[in-house]
Amino acid sequence: MARPVQYNVHPKPAEMPEGHYGEGFFAGKLSDVVGLARKNSMWPLPFATSCCGIEFMCLMASHYDMARFGSERMGFTPRQCDLLMVMGTIAKKMGPILKQVYIQMSEPRWVLAMGACASSGGIFDSYSVLQGIDQIIPVDVYVPGCPPRPEGVIQGILQVQDLVQNERLRQRYSPKYQALLESYGIQ
Amino acid sequence: MDLSNPAIQASLSEKHAALLTGFEESYGMLTVISPAAEALRLLQHLHDDYGFRFLTDICAIHYPERSGEELCVVYHLHNLPENKRLRVKAYIPIAKPDIATATRLFPGANWMERETYDFFGVNFVGHPNLIRIMNVEEMDYFPMRKEYPMEDASRRDKDDEMFGRGGSFF
Repeated sequence: MARPVQYNVHPKPAEMPEGHYGEGFFAGKLSDVVGLARKNSMWPLPFATSCCGIEFMCLMASHYDMARFGSERMGFTPRQCDLLMVMGTIAKKMGPILKQVYIQMSEPRWVLAMGACASSGGIFDSYSVLQGIDQIIPVDVYVPGCPPRPEGVIQGILQVQDLVQNERLRQRYSPKYQALLESYGIQ
Repeated sequence: MDLSNPAIQASLSEKHAALLTGFEESYGMLTVISPAAEALRLLQHLHDDYGFRFLTDICAIHYPERSGEELCVVYHLHNLPENKRLRVKAYIPIAKPDIATATRLFPGANWMERETYDFFGVNFVGHPNLIRIMNVEEMDYFPMRKEYPMEDASRRDKDDEMFGRGGSFF
């Protein structure tokens, strides 16, 4: 008997990495499979200091629902997380703490700067405010807005997911990446 | 004890004329102006004799145009039983911004004086630990002094090019 309500009217088939497959086997690139797994199970670490944090709560709640993108599990310890989401004004005095949090995250790690303040200091052209978190840690994706709409942040998360999926397995060991970290004074 | 503004003014001028240079009254609140060297003594009398036992705030003001008395240290006092507030002002030169600490009279002055030092560079002589409290330790200037342009073109940390504040816009 058919159910009275069909909930998932347009089921989206799961995307599949390139490769050869048949009954009971799949042969493809490991990096594709790892990328797929990582991408769809990001653990965000919210570093929310001001109004963007409120927008982030909205993003996590039922209306916008980050769980649809596999990122509903927030970890409040940097050691378990792979996406650092910096939301809000970072004062210069908080800079070293943010850097410490970033260092405590294990590789691979990504950073999303949400909002004008985290990206550039925003309206706070002031002696006490860090003019963008990219002065102390490398940033992968910037989401503009003051604050950004939750849709904007979802777009940002999707871009992070793209980066995660397409990352080569040895990328983090490359001299270029090491030089980048070196330029920020991170070992 | 009558704590109306005229009564305080009369009483202070009679007993402690040497500790003050004038009075102001704005929005119903009496301000006593005191020479910096005598400010602590005046605070002591207000504390002991007039019941102003609570220090609401210490802050400073920078008046760049007043030469010789550029910095003004402001004490806000409160007599809690009578619910009476009073302001004490002391002017000091920016070249030698020294004033005696009030921490022995009001232990709560400790952090307030550190904050005033942090933002205006007022040197509270005798303070037990006069270091920065709000700003980063490495800061080598006093940011609330009116010495800096609103948008400082010499700043290095603002990335103008990316955010449409000059640079190559088109």
